Amino acid sequence: MDVKTVHGFVGSKLSFSEANGDAGLKKAATMDAEALIGAVSASGLKGRGGAGFPTGMKWKFARAETRTPKYIICNADEGEPGTFKDRLILSDFADLVFAGMAIAGKAVGAEKGILYLRAEYEWLHPHLDEVLARRRKAGLLGPDILGGKNFSFDIEIRMGAGAYVCGEESALIESLEGKRGEARNRMPFPVQAGYLGLPTVVNNVETFAWVPCILEKGPEWFSKMGTQKSPGARLFSISGDCKKPGIYEYPFGVSLRQLLKDAGGENAKAVQVGGASGTCVPASKFDRKLAFEDLATGGSIIVFGPDRDMFAVAENFQQFFEEESCGQCVPCRLGNMRLHEAIVKMREEGLDAKGEMVLRRLAATMQSASKCGLGQSAPNAFLSILDNFAGELPRGKA
Amino acid sequence: MDVPSHLQSEVKQLVSVHGRDRTALLPVLRGLNKSHSYLSEAAMLCVSKELGVPRAEVYGVATFYSFFSVEPRGKYVIRLCRTISCAMNGTYHPVVAALIEELGVAFGETTADGVFTLEQTACIGLCDQAPAMLVNDDVHVKLTKESVRAILGEYRRKAAAGEKVKSA
Repeated sequence: MDVKTVHGFVGSKLSFSEANGDAGLKKAATMDAEALIGAVSASGLKGRGGAGFPTGMKWKFARAETRTPKYIICNADEGEPGTFKDRLILSDFADLVFAGMAIAGKAVGAEKGILYLRAEYEWLHPHLDEVLARRRKAGLLGPDILGGKNFSFDIEIRMGAGAYVCGEESALIESLEGKRGEARNRMPFPVQAGYLGLPTVVNNVETFAWVPCILEKGPEWFSKMGTQKSPGARLFSISGDCKKPGIYEYPFGVSLRQLLKDAGGENAKAVQVGGASGTCVPASKFDRKLAFEDLATGGSIIVFGPDRDMFAVAENFQQFFEEESCGQCVPCRLGNMRLHEAIVKMREEGLDAKGEMVLRRLAATMQSASKCGLGQSAPNAFLSILDNFAGELPRGKA
Repeated sequence: MDVPSHLQSEVKQLVSVHGRDRTALLPVLRGLNKSHSYLSEAAMLCVSKELGVPRAEVYGVATFYSFFSVEPRGKYVIRLCRTISCAMNGTYHPVVAALIEELGVAFGETTADGVFTLEQTACIGLCDQAPAMLVNDDVHVKLTKESVRAILGEYRRKAAAGEKVKSA
């Protein structure tokens, strides 16, 4: 199928369409590893998957590892509910992503890259294969990139098979190794022992796409956008109750109110920022800023209009986590089941003080005792909805 | 359990493409799942033998991922997104009704002619074009009850034109 069937950019500015990724790659071919890491660090680029780890620092750690081969992995397992910006990047700007991966390879000393594409995006696979073939032919991928003797890098696409948890980097690596997508304990980190136990950099699709742009235009071009703690711009995926859902680019620090205005969702009563694992923000807080220091997000913005039943929203999210929990640790496996049941019940009967106390304890246990980010963040949506919209529950026993 | 020889050669072929080690397990299972619409016991045993991965682990992987099935499914697997942006869209419930009515099956079931399996799925990254569904690997967006009927008709025609669908 034609990948352009689904496009989705509706904003006014898109840095990626103004960038020349191959110019960035050419520049990178002339630089040594230290200079590359220096440029990425100077730009202030942080991981666009949502966690916001400084990209330059991750590469530096991987560079320092002596064991080889090293791997560069692109996390294209975009599964957070409400997130679809990587879809656009992969369909329209795959060259930027592949250039970014090659540059990462040069920076950390890796010659092999893997793009882990979620099964739901199989329709993008033939297009990505074509782009890879074209780049190999043009000498932008493969041995001696751009004629450089010390610059070889190639990329393989590997498919996921339907599991939200594989967006978590260690679960993704397990999946690539042919296993169930069950998160690993952290320590060691993937940069120390990742794919096949070897040093591995895992970055988001969008993170890689920014890299050649930064090299082409210089770190200052990037860092002067955004805020001091959150340099640069990012893509947002806006959906739900708004007139113009789609993909938008904003510098960090933009207010939720601005997003709502542009997307035609001004009358919203709440916005879910960061997807199912994020936070529900009520209308009174719409002046909050989208940035790592305020509302951090992987780009998912879901708008809820004035008539939405917020506990129906909470139920939908909790069912999602119940289904997507990998099941290896108890707080997440059972916690999500119990929390889901409790939300169904409270929508019928209301929630008394004792019940609320039990659920808040359960939520705190899940947040602190779950093994990976899935379980740790699974109660967030429910808690923020309970904090802001408890008045919507039926008046029960109290 | 005897593994039919055509299955053995199919697995060998997949292994020759994807490699004979543990990292090939997902790609090999994916290939089988695609050509048969599911992973049969015989297929999993054959993979276990070819890759030297314990059969319990093959089964563990086969049952972990939502795109793999260990039960027979239809030629076309319909996955309707049920995550919030799709589920709260105005045409979502009419779409659900149209699917159930047209196919005569509930979610999780396969039509008697073996053409369709109807499933629900978590977010498929098409939230701005809700409600959305996948039919095998194809994307269908901005669904309405009318468009769903037309889409199903297309696949029915394709199924009728192609090889006879094996009864599930």
